[in-house]
Amino acid sequence: MSKRLTAWGATLVGLPLMLATTALADDAKPAPTITDVATAVDTLWVLVTAFLVFFMQAGFACVEAGFTRAKNVCNILAKNFIDFCVSSLMFFLIGYAIMFGEGNDWLGWTGFALSDAKNPSGVPLYAYWLFQAVFAGTAATIVSGAMAERTKFIAYLLYTFVISAFIYPVIGHWTWGGGWLSGLGFADFAGSTVVHATGGWMALVGAMMLGPRIGKYGPDGKAKAITGHNLPLAALGVMILWFGWFGFNPGSTLGVNGANTEAVALVAANTALAAAAGGLFATIAVWMIYGKPDVSMLFNGVLAGLVAITAPCAYVSPAASIVIGAIGGVLVVLGVMLLDKLHIDDPVGAVPVHCLNGVWGTLAVGVWGQKALGLANDGLLHGGGLGQLGVQALGVIACGAYAVISMAIVFAIIRAIVGLRVTPEEELRGLDIDEHGMEGYADFQIFTTR
Amino acid sequence: MKLIIAYVKPERLNDVKQALYEAQVYNMSVTNIVGSGRQRGYSETYRGAEMEVNLLKKVRLEIGVNDDFVQPAIDAITRGARTGQIGDGVLFVLPVEQALRIRTGELGPPAMG
Repeated sequence: MSKRLTAWGATLVGLPLMLATTALADDAKPAPTITDVATAVDTLWVLVTAFLVFFMQAGFACVEAGFTRAKNVCNILAKNFIDFCVSSLMFFLIGYAIMFGEGNDWLGWTGFALSDAKNPSGVPLYAYWLFQAVFAGTAATIVSGAMAERTKFIAYLLYTFVISAFIYPVIGHWTWGGGWLSGLGFADFAGSTVVHATGGWMALVGAMMLGPRIGKYGPDGKAKAITGHNLPLAALGVMILWFGWFGFNPGSTLGVNGANTEAVALVAANTALAAAAGGLFATIAVWMIYGKPDVSMLFNGVLAGLVAITAPCAYVSPAASIVIGAIGGVLVVLGVMLLDKLHIDDPVGAVPVHCLNGVWGTLAVGVWGQKALGLANDGLLHGGGLGQLGVQALGVIACGAYAVISMAIVFAIIRAIVGLRVTPEEELRGLDIDEHGMEGYADFQIFTTR
Repeated sequence: MKLIIAYVKPERLNDVKQALYEAQVYNMSVTNIVGSGRQRGYSETYRGAEMEVNLLKKVRLEIGVNDDFVQPAIDAITRGARTGQIGDGVLFVLPVEQALRIRTGELGPPAMG
């Protein structure tokens, strides 16, 4: 009885005291408005999704390590880690300014090292920068897969300085930084062209300029399998990429309030469906063509679906996402076959996944996109005719041309200065010993015979 | 009937196999090993500290051949494995007392293929 009285007494005295002190505190700073809270939630969203996209770097590292040989594993990991380090720094110093700075239709030039930088988003500058920086890192790391197992580390390092400073940001400026392509209504929601096709085109140029790995194509021209050394690691990598993509696409709404609430949910669902369809249809395709469901193609199929939906994810219906992802899965299988026919050696399938499906996803916007969901014009299947599709194709060609030409020049310069490819002896012995002076699996007996 | 045991550099294995196929020697077994001869190895670094590696990766081939294939096999292995640098490896020829093909039960020289 007395305990209850004491409790009541404490409340009766304490509550007004608490309210009084809170009121005193409120006098010092105003209570947050609902807009402040909305911005805070949006900022939280952008940051958390940026962290997810960062985590995709782990995915790329695992996929590329798993699909290549054990004797090169230190080298591929070094390339994956260093390209993120360098690209983050260069995107801070130079890249963001070119991509989002004030300038003209072709590039920006204000905000180097983020001083006086322009922030077109509704969240703080640094949050927006981080989000964009991890996207730049994603584009940069695509190339290491196609150039794996035979590229000099120093050559790759030099390339990474250039891509996040000058190549990626220019394409980003044309499309997301207020440049000429966005002015024409070109739409690439989360970066099928800006990130994936750009990375994919550069990967293609790199792979072509390097030449195939020793032993990849026999004297009769047939492709020989150089199997990955750790498919479970590759599987984990694909899952991490899949997971991170739920930051990549939905995060590109840059917020969850207002109209974005519905939009972000649609984007997430579309992402999930396209990945699933990509995996299934790639498996069906490879099963029909080769007679067995190749697991590595299943992995590539999932990624293909994800890349393909990256541009359209905000503008299409879930049913359309399934179709887009499914076609993407089939395309990746055909893409791998095409590359082998052309004797272009891509150890991890970076080009069929990122270049081919990046292009496909961008074009798919023009077919299934809806004005009601935010597109400039309706797509072909929604009564808009060929207008949007035409703009999408123009963007694909323009960005592709810029990526290919600039990378060809960059790699040619690097080849002249330090050389692109390692010596045949080093390639056979494994890059880990000669490039890095260490082994990836010191306690295991790995075969360096392949 | 002889057993040839050859220790070669792993990166030469493909060339050795190719040379053996050209000499019509198809049966062999390959094991991963570490070994050293008279060479001293090389240095690796790990987190700033140096370590000397003197047991180097090699690959051991064991090939059972009939007498008339011994010299062609030796020539093939040498052709494939020689780089002119230290660490090329070594091979031994041992006599074989008896051989049996498990699937068919053939004894003696026919079992060597």
